[in-house]
Amino acid sequence: MTKIEAIIQTSKLEAVKDALHEIGVEGMTVLEVRGHGRQKGHTEFYRGREYTVDLIPKIKLETVLPEAMVEKAVQAIVTAARTGKIGDGKIFLSKVDEAIRIRNDERGEGAL
Amino acid sequence: MPSRLVLGFILAFILLGPTLFAQSPPAAASSDSARLTKLEQATADAKSSGDNAWMLTSSALVLMMTGPGLALFYGGLVRKKNVLATMVQSFAMMAVITMLWAMVSYSLAFGSGNSFIGGLHHLFLRGVGAQPDADYAATIPLQTFMVYQLMFAIITPALITGAFAERMKFSAMLLFMVLWSLIVYSPMAHMVWGKGGLLNASLGGKFPCLDFAGGTVVHVTSGVSALVCALYLGKRVGYPKESMTPHSVVLSFVGACLLWVGWFGFNAGSALAAGSLATSAFVAAHVGAAAAVIGWSCAEWIRNGKPSALGAISGAVAGLVAITPAAGFVGPMPAVLIGLIAGAFCFFMVATVKARFGYDDSLDAFGVHGAGGTLGALLTGVFAVSAVNPIFKDAQGNVLPSGLIDGNAHQVLNQIVGIVIAWILAIVGTLIILKIVDLTVGLRVSEEEEVQGLDLTQHGEEGYSWEVTA
Repeated sequence: MTKIEAIIQTSKLEAVKDALHEIGVEGMTVLEVRGHGRQKGHTEFYRGREYTVDLIPKIKLETVLPEAMVEKAVQAIVTAARTGKIGDGKIFLSKVDEAIRIRNDERGEGAL
Repeated sequence: MPSRLVLGFILAFILLGPTLFAQSPPAAASSDSARLTKLEQATADAKSSGDNAWMLTSSALVLMMTGPGLALFYGGLVRKKNVLATMVQSFAMMAVITMLWAMVSYSLAFGSGNSFIGGLHHLFLRGVGAQPDADYAATIPLQTFMVYQLMFAIITPALITGAFAERMKFSAMLLFMVLWSLIVYSPMAHMVWGKGGLLNASLGGKFPCLDFAGGTVVHVTSGVSALVCALYLGKRVGYPKESMTPHSVVLSFVGACLLWVGWFGFNAGSALAAGSLATSAFVAAHVGAAAAVIGWSCAEWIRNGKPSALGAISGAVAGLVAITPAAGFVGPMPAVLIGLIAGAFCFFMVATVKARFGYDDSLDAFGVHGAGGTLGALLTGVFAVSAVNPIFKDAQGNVLPSGLIDGNAHQVLNQIVGIVIAWILAIVGTLIILKIVDLTVGLRVSEEEEVQGLDLTQHGEEGYSWEVTA
């Protein structure tokens, strides 16, 4: 099992969600987050005073998938979330040891 | 020939009528004069009802400027940990100043006294009832006049809270405001608007200063005192390094719109009657505000590349401030000019001057009210015309010119006298009060409390609940 953590533009959430549903991803968790990578934020003006906002609102989407689906899901996210400009985000993959369904204690890929 | 017959009768009636009536007994004549007296009374009552209806409405509108108007305007500009503390500072004025006004400060402001302060004979509102005081407003109950003036006494100290936002103890704020209302507001209101006041333009002031709705009394006193507070208290922890952006320009936006509407009560209500002068002041206030939105926004657009929502609403407030002393003395076109200048000038004050000198006038009480009020009071002396409001008359009752463009250059000097007195009173009074409060209850919250926020540390609650469960 692999956990996909995708940090994407807030405006791309719907497209990414649809793309994942299309390839059969059944569950995901979405968080509203703030952060920055190379994109260094933007400036705001309040009564003439300039403020630099370097932590930009982003969406973090998490899902844990069986190995067979991982590459397909990564491709789906990349295609749906890409604008080609700086700030499109990143995808992190990591191994997951175990998954447990709370309702019936089912374990492993069957619990996903 | 029936038509000739009718004509004859009518002619006879017209010719004989007066003689017939002249022959009627004396009792009928006196009943006519009694009816006339009754009619005059009914006319006066009708005018009084009309004026009183407008003045009660205006009183309510001016109260709305403080709560929710100013409370929302200021509340949105602070960080979210201080939203309630900031709003309640304005709201507290609605309660505390009302008590103070009823007990002492109405008498100090509007009772007969000397040139600087009123007497004590209206303590506890003694003698303030249904009977009008012709010196102030001949057609409305004195009680209406009193409650209308109260709303001004409430919003004026509330304006100062913008300067020391996010760092003053609630107890210190209360003590400061009570003393400020007694030591600064009451004398200033008496000098400009009270009977025999030094600066009163229509009731025998030595330096007649034109201040229709409170340019000096409200905005210069509060704005200058705000600057003194900001300097005396010092900067907020982390200012100006840390970002202290408004937590909700949306709240401020709603507040500013309520201020604009409420200001019609403030300015048009200052006619103290529902006649054409109220209309004139209403129009001047409105076009002044609109022009200042454009003035501020254009200046901001040129300097920063974008016209912001916060800029537009701040411009409206700046314009309303500047037009306040002039509202009942100037025509609509000078009002446009005053608004345009005020919008650009106040933007310059908050964007450039504040940054240059580095004081933390947190919500720009000085930059908008002090600067805008001073500018407006000065320009009133330039643009006032007797055609709008024949305020100055000679001994024979002939109307004299009002301001500079009316042919009375000397009025600009009188305005400067009024402005200088307001500045001095505000600076000296506020310094003394700050010292007293500092030595008794202490002015600032601890650094730890400041970091935690005033909502929690001063009031034990939070403006927004972020509980995980619903």
